[in-house]
Amino acid sequence: MNQQEKEFAVVVEHATVRFNMASERITDLKEYFVKFIKRELMFKEFLALKDISLKVKKGEAWGIIGTNGSGKSTLLKLICGILKPYKGSVEMTGTVAPLIELGAGFDGDLTARENIFLNGAVLGYNKKFMTEYFDEIVEFAELQNFLDIPIKNYSSGMAARLGFAIATIVRPDILICDEVLAVGDYAFQNKCEKRMEDMRKQGTTLLYVSHSIESVKSVCDHALWLDHGNQKMKGDAETVCDAYISALCG
Amino acid sequence: MIETTTKRIQAFMYYRPLFYQLVLKDVRLKYRRSFLGYIWSILNPLMIMCIMVIVFSQMFRWDLENYPVYLIVGQTIFNFVSEASQQAMWSITGNAALLKKTYVPKYIFPMSKVTSSLVNLVFSLGAMVIVFVICHIRLNIYMLFIPVILFQVYVFALGLGFILAQGAVFFRDIQYIYGAFLTAWTYLTPIFYPIQSLPFQLMWGIKHFNPLYSYITQFRTIVLEGIFPDPRLILYGCVVATASLVVGCVVFLKNQDKFILYI
Repeated sequence: MNQQEKEFAVVVEHATVRFNMASERITDLKEYFVKFIKRELMFKEFLALKDISLKVKKGEAWGIIGTNGSGKSTLLKLICGILKPYKGSVEMTGTVAPLIELGAGFDGDLTARENIFLNGAVLGYNKKFMTEYFDEIVEFAELQNFLDIPIKNYSSGMAARLGFAIATIVRPDILICDEVLAVGDYAFQNKCEKRMEDMRKQGTTLLYVSHSIESVKSVCDHALWLDHGNQKMKGDAETVCDAYISALCG
Repeated sequence: MIETTTKRIQAFMYYRPLFYQLVLKDVRLKYRRSFLGYIWSILNPLMIMCIMVIVFSQMFRWDLENYPVYLIVGQTIFNFVSEASQQAMWSITGNAALLKKTYVPKYIFPMSKVTSSLVNLVFSLGAMVIVFVICHIRLNIYMLFIPVILFQVYVFALGLGFILAQGAVFFRDIQYIYGAFLTAWTYLTPIFYPIQSLPFQLMWGIKHFNPLYSYITQFRTIVLEGIFPDPRLILYGCVVATASLVVGCVVFLKNQDKFILYI
């Protein structure tokens, strides 16, 4: 391991991400053939991120801000490994807890009890480990009385609580958070923020996407401003947030 | 090459609990909310076999000894391949929500589907045993070879599942094409008729190009004739299974990074 790998938790270099924008609207046969020949029938290129470079040191908290469709979630997915960069490279050191959507691995027909094991397995935990932490998860999610009903009968807030509880049982080295807390009630939001703060104190690196500039300012020390896939500004959270707000209002 | 393979194996070991949970999920959900539950795994093949026995022994009158046994062996193997490949075909597109939100190795989905179909196959062996008992099939030492036959079919279905799963991501029309293909495959596999009743050229074609013929015949030879199957059949079965898996893995791994753009 060289010096750089020890110091940085996430290194993104000149990353470009390509998306499929193939439109379903084809009005006539001629268009169909034209698109077929241009190979645009099933695939039309769209660059969601253009040449992004980001180096996150261990223990830092980065907020990612920008308008809708500016590529914030795409950047997080890239860092999680869900998307592969079209150009450039992404490197990470340490364990990652991706909170892109809480309970992404839930199956509606299974009960909450079964889903806890399934979702734990998605994160790579085995059965023994999950049995050990089972009570802690249930207690944190406050769902003791609803363990044996299928998840499809849960409210979105209840499912999110369970998802958050499972994803954060172990302190990860890198926590990736995409506005997942928005569905919980006020008390639960506070509880989640407290847990995140505890993790930060113990040295977890945080990547955080939010539209609430206030929460970015309070949680993060650095910020990255994305605009239509381009990197507009990065640096100190206060400065970037203020510049972003004045650009929006000005 | 060796390095990436070791990495893949390590990743698989890491995600083994997920593989286990996915198989468990399929097995659990299959009969949830039905009164008889797992008993259907045995009852269902028996019922279908009874109907087919009545239809074919009354209508066509092939001269086959122990026709119910002949039928249920073919039917069980064919149903496994058909179920496993169809389930695997939808495993990537069906788990789009999960694949878009977290990182998990993609091959785990077709693999878990084929494996849960194998679990169903093992359950339905119960139906087979009942038929064997009723038809006075004697136990013989070669029956110990049956797991090896099932393993050949499993590997074959796994490869097929990988090919179909990655194909269905880019080309959804595969579901309709494959549906028709399966119908043709049913009739081109000697499930309910003796292969000798076919014209020579067709028989030759099936023996050489339909791998299911090899697996079903190996099984039937052991059960019905009580002798060890022709080694050439076993060799053929193993070679086809390996080829299917290798091709499946290569095309799947080659295309898997593009899945996210199409699901």
